[in-house]
Amino acid sequence: MKLTKLLTTAAVALGLATTAMASEKTKVGFVYVGPVGDGGWTYEHDQGRKAVVAEFGDEVETTYVESVPEGADAERVITQMALQGADLIFTTSFGYMDPTINVAKKFPDVKFEHATGYKTADNVSVYSARFYEGRAVQGHIAGRMTKSNVIGYIASFPIPEVIRGINSAYIHAKKVNPDIQFKIIWAYTWFDPAKEADAAKALIEQGADVILQHTDSTAPQAAAQAAGNVITFGQASDMSEYAPLPRVSSIIDNWAPYYIARTKAVMDGTWESTSTWDGIGAGMVGIGEISDAVPADVKAEALALKDSLASGEYHAFTGPLNKQDGSPWLAEGETADDGTLAGMNFYVEGIEAEIPN
Amino acid sequence: MISLEKRPMPSRTLSMATPIIAVIITMIAGGLLFVVLGKNPFEAIRTIFWDPLLGEYAFYYRPQLLVKAAPLVLIAIGLSLGFKAGIWNIGAEGQYIIGALCGAGVGLAFYPTESILIFPAMILAGALGGWAWAMIPALLKVKFGTNEILVSLMLVYVAEQLLASMSLGLLKNPEGMGFPGSRNLNDYPSANSWINEAAGLHWGMAFAFIAVIFAYVLLNRHILGFNIRLTGEAPRAARFSGVNPTRLILFCLGTSGALAGLAGLFEVSGPSGQVSIDFNIGYGFTAIIVAFLGRLHPVGILLAGLLMALTYIGGEIAQGNLGLPSAAIQVFQGMLLFFLLALDLLTNFRIRFAARGTA
Repeated sequence: MKLTKLLTTAAVALGLATTAMASEKTKVGFVYVGPVGDGGWTYEHDQGRKAVVAEFGDEVETTYVESVPEGADAERVITQMALQGADLIFTTSFGYMDPTINVAKKFPDVKFEHATGYKTADNVSVYSARFYEGRAVQGHIAGRMTKSNVIGYIASFPIPEVIRGINSAYIHAKKVNPDIQFKIIWAYTWFDPAKEADAAKALIEQGADVILQHTDSTAPQAAAQAAGNVITFGQASDMSEYAPLPRVSSIIDNWAPYYIARTKAVMDGTWESTSTWDGIGAGMVGIGEISDAVPADVKAEALALKDSLASGEYHAFTGPLNKQDGSPWLAEGETADDGTLAGMNFYVEGIEAEIPN
Repeated sequence: MISLEKRPMPSRTLSMATPIIAVIITMIAGGLLFVVLGKNPFEAIRTIFWDPLLGEYAFYYRPQLLVKAAPLVLIAIGLSLGFKAGIWNIGAEGQYIIGALCGAGVGLAFYPTESILIFPAMILAGALGGWAWAMIPALLKVKFGTNEILVSLMLVYVAEQLLASMSLGLLKNPEGMGFPGSRNLNDYPSANSWINEAAGLHWGMAFAFIAVIFAYVLLNRHILGFNIRLTGEAPRAARFSGVNPTRLILFCLGTSGALAGLAGLFEVSGPSGQVSIDFNIGYGFTAIIVAFLGRLHPVGILLAGLLMALTYIGGEIAQGNLGLPSAAIQVFQGMLLFFLLALDLLTNFRIRFAARGTA
């Protein structure tokens, strides 16, 4: 009890100190789950951090700690940042949810932003991106490009975000090519080049000539390149070093606009706890350049789909859609609500696989 | 010419001194590394070794050192018993996971009942879980002569799969919106291991201290401890004096498994709070380093665990404050082990600057 009080006083004292001293400098901390050089998830968050530095220059001071394990270590790292006077802290992995909430209780004057979670507080916001919109574009290209009609999917963990991506890709591939079949391998990792390469090879052996990945390394790209005649999509970051083949496009996480806006809000004193879930329209999800390996007409269709998703004119989950067991989900023209999407734990009709349990 | 000469007896003085020398050399070599990275080496070393203990925010970091050291010490103590006898349990990470799963499973089964008996039941379940997981390589070794190094290591991967399955299935938080991971035991008063959460003290620390004392008494005052040491140092002599190798294998693997299981239970019900896919972060493997860094001696292990915790926590501070990459911190930790092992040579060998001619 006493220590909590002490921590709070320290935080308040620091808060006062920093406001006095740092009317010039706003301190922003970032906690990363992987190394900044992972070429995917963490890399893009760090690009966002760099964008904050570029935008505000001397007015901000950013710090980061990389490869922080989820759980007790995360709580300590976040506390450490708060103790040392951070005004705003971004915790960029789902597993940091409870640690972020715990630390936020002790430091009411520090603002926290947790990526991909669902628990908020007065000083904790959550933010995530509608990656499934990007998956729709990928599914479309995949359905049009496949010759074997087998599309391989390297999935990470059976959580709503990943299941949403599989469904979105499947729906849009099926729409342009009713004969397609999805083969899904669960890698149970976000970043493990060896496992991801094995998964890619296994899918290629099963006849897949398109590989979609929801893991962050470039190993599947390399495996596809070695196999030849297989196309892939960059994940989290552009992975353009594998363009034009096998990488024909990508989903890019673009956190920069959000990070800049939230830092600005702290500087202006207008920061409020919010839940943000932005997609292509707001620029949080980017579609990497579609390479020349994609025929011009397919590219045009994909870009049109992207534009309609961006403008909000089309929703990636638009009925009629049934669940995998055949029960009706969305009626003709009906679109999925965010609540269902956020907790999605079922496949849509047509996917011949089971969600592991 | 420099030559090495085997000492008739390993040097006791050097055996005690090498860890300290290794730390000093690591500071120097690490300092050079930090210079190459463009950082002030003195500031970096101070941040890693000084700030967590006596810096401005040490009031927060000191208990955190115990949080980090407790599982390492608990596991390393168990491992050291086997290592002394030449029984190599490399799979403590797996036993740690299973202990956490069993312990948390028992706790979650009672949710939301409150009772003073729940936590003791969880402790028992955690120890039993780790023990049972370690019994697999033990029984296979005793019955079929399999290699316990391979079997225990492979079982780590089995345990990881089980952990993933549990976080996504049986133990998943029903109110977790479909996300993996169990309920947070920190929100369940009867089932968490905090003695005083604000001060960062939990039962795992108490058990780690008790384990150190027990191991010390066992090794120095008990016939079983004598047999363990004898088997490691002179296996033939041990057999002639009637040491039963089967019992020793079962005891050493079982004890280390149970202690690793306990470490897992205390971690899941305290600092970590929940069963999740990424629950294990390598304590079982790091504890092997701690055991050797501590010279397989109970008190040495306690100190080594604290030192290891210091490099972790100081390393995190250095990352945040000085912008050192985490890889540099890992290299720094690696150096420590490297220099320690290299200096080990000196305890067993003497360096001779031979003035002898070439003929």
